[in-house]
Amino acid sequence: MSDIKLAEAPPGIQGSGFFATSLDKVIGLARANSLWPLPFATSCCGIEFMATMAATYDAGRFGMERNSFSPRQADMLMVMGTIAKKMAPVLRQVYSQMAEPRWVIAVGACASSGGIFDTYSVLQGIDEIIPVDVYVPGCPPRPEAILDGVMQLQEIVKNESLNRRQTPEYKALLEKYGFHTNG
Amino acid sequence: MSNSVSKTSNNKPIYADKELQEELFTLNLGPTHPATHGVFQNVLQVDGERIVSGVSTIGYIHRAFEKIAERRAYYQITTLTDRLNYCSAPINNMGWHMTVEKLLDIELPKRVQYMRVIVMELSRIADHIICNGILGVDTGTFAGFIPMMIKREFIYEIFEEICGARLTTNIGRIGGFERDFNGVAFAKIRQFVKEFPAVLKEFEALLERNRIFIERTAGVAAVDAETALNYSWSGPILRATGIDYDVRANEPYSSYEEFDFEIPVGTNGDVYDRFLVRNHEMWQSLRIIEQALAKIEKEPKGIFHADVPDFYLPPKEQVYNNMEALIYHFKIVMGEIDAPKKELYHCVEGANGELGFYLISDGGRSPYRLHFRRPSFINYQMYAPMSSGMLLSDAIINMSSLNIIAGELDA
Amino acid sequence: MAKLSNERVVECLNKRFEGRFSQLEEAYGLLTIETNKEDILDVLELLKTDEELQFIYLTDITAVHYPELPKEFAVVYHLHSLVNNIRIRIKVFLEGTYPAIPTATVLWKGANWMERETYDFYGIQFVGHPDLRRILNMDDMEAFPMRKEHPLEDPNRVDKKDYFFGR
Repeated sequence: MSDIKLAEAPPGIQGSGFFATSLDKVIGLARANSLWPLPFATSCCGIEFMATMAATYDAGRFGMERNSFSPRQADMLMVMGTIAKKMAPVLRQVYSQMAEPRWVIAVGACASSGGIFDTYSVLQGIDEIIPVDVYVPGCPPRPEAILDGVMQLQEIVKNESLNRRQTPEYKALLEKYGFHTNG
Repeated sequence: MSNSVSKTSNNKPIYADKELQEELFTLNLGPTHPATHGVFQNVLQVDGERIVSGVSTIGYIHRAFEKIAERRAYYQITTLTDRLNYCSAPINNMGWHMTVEKLLDIELPKRVQYMRVIVMELSRIADHIICNGILGVDTGTFAGFIPMMIKREFIYEIFEEICGARLTTNIGRIGGFERDFNGVAFAKIRQFVKEFPAVLKEFEALLERNRIFIERTAGVAAVDAETALNYSWSGPILRATGIDYDVRANEPYSSYEEFDFEIPVGTNGDVYDRFLVRNHEMWQSLRIIEQALAKIEKEPKGIFHADVPDFYLPPKEQVYNNMEALIYHFKIVMGEIDAPKKELYHCVEGANGELGFYLISDGGRSPYRLHFRRPSFINYQMYAPMSSGMLLSDAIINMSSLNIIAGELDA
Repeated sequence: MAKLSNERVVECLNKRFEGRFSQLEEAYGLLTIETNKEDILDVLELLKTDEELQFIYLTDITAVHYPELPKEFAVVYHLHSLVNNIRIRIKVFLEGTYPAIPTATVLWKGANWMERETYDFYGIQFVGHPDLRRILNMDDMEAFPMRKEHPLEDPNRVDKKDYFFGR
């Protein structure tokens, strides 16, 4: 037998020929295991991401085989590296072009908080301009840490309710960052 | 080294129909374009597939290194140098240590110098693996990249064994290393020297005589030596044009004069020649590492730093248990020890070219001024001018072969 | 190593610029001379084109800020003679808040970005430069950040309150 590990089925009621569970859980399961990353790699952490995608660590095991360089087809924005103030508008634009549902991982100290670069030219953490779901510490984080960040995000995705993106709370969150949603 | 196979790099459009060419459009390549491996923006005027002119915009990850350096003690600046060219951080670390040692007039034991040579050559290989591997990917094959990356991971393992970190290594201290290479590190270096040639040979066999690869690279972005010098190029891309300028040979540091190695040069300065030069340099680096291992054998064991208690941080356990060590630790960390008031320029051969440190000391704990001569910054300025007349796909390959590292470019 | 002595370089310079430059030091074997902004281009050109010297390689251009000196800014050129394997450092001290100096782009195309960087950091005007814009910092920035009076940290930060740090 092969040792391929399948994702565990969500809790539900099982009988002969049927399996009943909530739609949230099924969709969450599907989403969590096919998160397409948009690698927004600016500096050192990008090189570690390269190692993460390469043979030894093989991020493809987590359903993130396909790097989506177009924001339209990406689910997970991975910001890796220092974001200077000059870069900030670009990052905002990339985020605004992503379709819902979208998640953001801040990989590394620079993206999370500005890191060692407490200077006039560096944005002190990307959460000043876009909402972030998972922060990965490290300067740069090891590939294992990046993978752990992805797995943390998978947990978030699995447990997200289907209508979260329509709630007033979520809209208020986006408004706070200056992204306006229609309706 | 190679014959010019295609004529794609001359400035004349290859099609004759004038009417179709009249309309140019603007293509914004970057700053997050997937084909550019980093944060580079080029606004190109394109006529079909052919670039007419371009303007580079840089500074998207400008982090004010030189400003930070004016506020940090000498030993803290090592952390900054890591993040210049992060593909080969140890070379930057060593370059910085040597600059400060030159300022403080510290002479290192031979064994430490050979250890540094090993670390620097390993990271040169790691850097060239990335550049040439990605060049293969950009021309259409992942097959060479993957086995090379596995070997690169192995180099990271060696670095972890030596200093505990993979990428931003912060390796060594001013005055030597923080600890001796352990037995595992030496064993792994030997294993690497033994195993890497087979992988490199396979990689060369895959690409060097590969017709698709040659047609994509030979004759593309050819630069003559005069232009390259006029633009102050350095490193493998300068050597590909036929100039044998290598800091390791011209102004040897860390005992490079004792090593027997060749400086590969190209003839055309095109992408293919740059690829060959980098491949040959990896072979030469292997030779240097082998020689360094043999030389270390002959040196007395256990020496890993110079005897300069004024500047070399004592081991932590001594700081906790020994009064003298505690005093030295305090004095170094608080910057109580005066550095000479001098200014100097020191350079090392980084993986991308001449990496220079222009340091002005006013005697205090941090530099009065520190300027990094960053090869990526200086090499990259020719990119937009040389792109005009080139096909868009060739310009992408050209960028990969210049091996511009965003951190070093923007500092 | 070097095939040419520093004395010989000074001798060659003296032929044309006797008294118009001064020799500052020779620390670590690197000859450092100081000249003025009127002569700098001629000095560079002589060093580059002289058949014996052949300082054809422009290693770097940068600047230093000395707020306490009457001439606040020093523009520093590093040249390298690949054939003779010798380097030289040339300094020009400038006064004024927005000092000006002729551009070296007429001699080396590579000087273009080096001068742009120096302008970006220090606000030194390179007269005759083809494209003197900011290069690393944002275009709408007004200050010149590498000047000593400019703070390292962003003065507009709101999250860095003194009471977090006990001060």
